[in-house]
Amino acid sequence: MTGRETRVPSETANATFVEFDRVQKSYDGISLVVKDLNLTVAKGEFLTMLGPSGSGKTTCLMMLAGFETATNGEIRLDGRPINLVPPHKRGIGMVFQNYALFPHMTVAENLAFPLEVRGMGKSEREAKITRALDMVQMGAFAARRPAQLSGGQQQRIALARALVFDPALVLMDEPLGALDKQLREHMQFEIKHLHESLGITVVYVTHDQGEALTMSDRVAVFNDGVVQQLAPPDELYERPVNSFVAQFIGENNKLHGRIEEIEDGRALVRLDTGELIDATPVNVSAKGQRTLVSIRPERVEFKPEMMPDGAHTIEAEVLEFIYMGDLYRTRLRVAGSDDFVIKSRNTLTQRRLQPGERIRIGWAPQDARALDA
Amino acid sequence: MAEAVAGSGGGLRTADGRPLGEALAQAQGRARRRALLLVAPLLLFVLFSFVVPIGQLLISAFSDDDFARNAPALGAWFDENPRGSPIDESAYAALAADLKAAKENRTAGQMGERINYEVSGARSLFTSTARNADKFEPPYREAILAARAEWDNPRLWESMRQASSSVTPNFFLAAVDLRRSETGGIERAPEEVRVYQMLFMRTFALSALITVLCLLLGYPIAHLLATLPLRYSNLLMIFVLLPFWTSLLVRTTSWIVLLQSEGVLNNILVGFGIIGDDGRIRMIYNQTGTIVAMTHILLPFMVLPLYSVMRPIPPSYVRAARSLGASSWTAFRRIYVPQTMPGVAAGGLLVFILAVGYYITPALVGGATGQLISNLIAFHFENSNWSMAAALASLLLLAVLILYWLYDRLIGIDNLKLG
Ligand SMILES: Nc1ncnc2c1ncn2[C@@H]1O[C@H](COP(=O)(O)OP(=O)(O)OP(=O)(O)O)[C@@H](O)[C@H]1O
Ligand SMILES: [Mg+2]
Repeated sequence: MTGRETRVPSETANATFVEFDRVQKSYDGISLVVKDLNLTVAKGEFLTMLGPSGSGKTTCLMMLAGFETATNGEIRLDGRPINLVPPHKRGIGMVFQNYALFPHMTVAENLAFPLEVRGMGKSEREAKITRALDMVQMGAFAARRPAQLSGGQQQRIALARALVFDPALVLMDEPLGALDKQLREHMQFEIKHLHESLGITVVYVTHDQGEALTMSDRVAVFNDGVVQQLAPPDELYERPVNSFVAQFIGENNKLHGRIEEIEDGRALVRLDTGELIDATPVNVSAKGQRTLVSIRPERVEFKPEMMPDGAHTIEAEVLEFIYMGDLYRTRLRVAGSDDFVIKSRNTLTQRRLQPGERIRIGWAPQDARALDA
Repeated sequence: MAEAVAGSGGGLRTADGRPLGEALAQAQGRARRRALLLVAPLLLFVLFSFVVPIGQLLISAFSDDDFARNAPALGAWFDENPRGSPIDESAYAALAADLKAAKENRTAGQMGERINYEVSGARSLFTSTARNADKFEPPYREAILAARAEWDNPRLWESMRQASSSVTPNFFLAAVDLRRSETGGIERAPEEVRVYQMLFMRTFALSALITVLCLLLGYPIAHLLATLPLRYSNLLMIFVLLPFWTSLLVRTTSWIVLLQSEGVLNNILVGFGIIGDDGRIRMIYNQTGTIVAMTHILLPFMVLPLYSVMRPIPPSYVRAARSLGASSWTAFRRIYVPQTMPGVAAGGLLVFILAVGYYITPALVGGATGQLISNLIAFHFENSNWSMAAALASLLLLAVLILYWLYDRLIGIDNLKLG
């Protein structure tokens, strides 16, 4: 049994390692919690499942770990179907949201557990435990019980325990949910660092989009049991494929209108209040179709000299100016709506807009994305 | 970090210069006094309803002045003549005087009864001799021996010597099948009257068996209760608690209906031809009856502490173990069971202690072989041998306390979780 789940050499990187093939899941036989999931995770990849509460992320993870059975479809691990493989034979490391450290065992015993059940000898076990604890800088805590550790320390032990038996795949279900912001950011960095140095494949679940964007190679945005978009963080942020993703990831300004003109990757949109703006069509195709144009606050320009050539501009009224340290955040009234936000960097030459001021704003057409309404 | 504080703690002072320890004690003392006031009524109640009666029980187990009170002359003689002195004329003179007084006060039976615990036939010896006590003339030795030759028995005199002091360990000796020999040493009681050791053994063995049976039956039930959705587990919980709402007597007699030789179970077995009509199995009025009925009655006391420990254990522990490579059996054995240990220990201790002192069920369905020590305690109470009953009860209490102490040493009492 030992060694079967040891890490695979990295020359096979980018090969498909985990595969969800048309997977469906229903708990009650009435509604589908996961609808037709097709997803592949490459070897060595850090893939994050991101989505609102109840969107089926944990369910997917549990199916992969073997604690829930897929109602339909096949899950493959390293090319091998695992629907019928019991959890303890899958060799998948897992970090639970509440850590699930065994309270009646010391830290060292917790880490020894996966090695003992694999029948590993004592000396080899101890070497691995020491290595795993050092990896998370917890070497001095081997004799403690979980109850004697802080949340962040328990987190590290849970991580070490999931890694100590050298699984090729590690699943993490909101592992940082219970930590404060500073510790969370620190742990994000450490997990990312471990992922890179160990070359393991990680499937990570979170509903914190910042976490998803900073840590992942690719992010799968879930909603309502369906993957809305599966893409690297920058693409997800800059080129969301539908209005759900656009609104879920980061802050967005939304303008409602109709397609006036559309040709080779450029669209002209007539807003409901009559103004014309430039946009890039994403999942709209026909003239006259209703659309929702989404623009990131930091991509909006208001200084005439910075405006891209030939861009349409529209009028705006400054409602509020907020000083945020590194940024200025200004709320505007644009095309009849009061929640249009722009962000500008706090530099020496930056202008502070005054409430009541009337300005004209514009953007590069690539930055405004015309999505389904 | 903790060491640093402890190391320098001795010198620390509060802002106004008092030693830190003193200030802390003062601040906490106030809160503690108020808390004590709050529990005072309960404390007094426990003191008077629990500590005092048990104290009295212990005292009465050691003392019996039925004889000493009525035999002042003999008492004086025993005081003057140490053990081993010949039983001479002066001893018989004292006996004659006491018997005379006993006749007048009609206490000869009481005196004889006390000696009778150790020397059978003593009661009738005392009453019959006392009847003629007026007629005894010196020399008393000849006169008394002429009336009843049985008086010339060293065991009898040793017994009287012990009974003449009102404090005696004899009841405790008797409770473990020992007695005083003629020379005042300690020896085993004659074979035919050795019942207590056997009964204690049987009580503890049966209680242990019943505890194990309750655990075997209760563990899966509690696990089911703890893992089922609340809707179903509440319903199941009612079934577990149902026996509590039924009279103990009803539950015990229903077992009689089920198990007696003309009972439901035997009828079914005969009906299916598994046993012949003349081969009906005896399942009640013996140890089997005691075991079956008590296991049933004590089961909820096992299920409830187990349930209360199991309910809050999140399923993620076992899942974590499974994901770490443990088979479901290993995960159960190494992760789940250890976490339920406080419940197992609490339920086990509770059931065992209740079983050790159980009276009514063995009395009703135990027959001769299913009697427990409590039944004998009750027997002595009925026969007004308070001291013997008290000695047995004290031993039982002692055994339970030892068990409790062992438990504390082995598992730790703070691990106990009753609900
Ligand atoms: N054991 C279960 N029995 C029945 N329904 C369940 C069960 N577990 C989850 N569900 C339902 O399935 C849906 C998806 O749940 P899931 O736990 O996968 O969501 P999630 O994306 O992990 O949410 P969160 O971010 O809140 O953890 C939810 O509507 C939930 O109510
Ligand atoms: Mg979840």
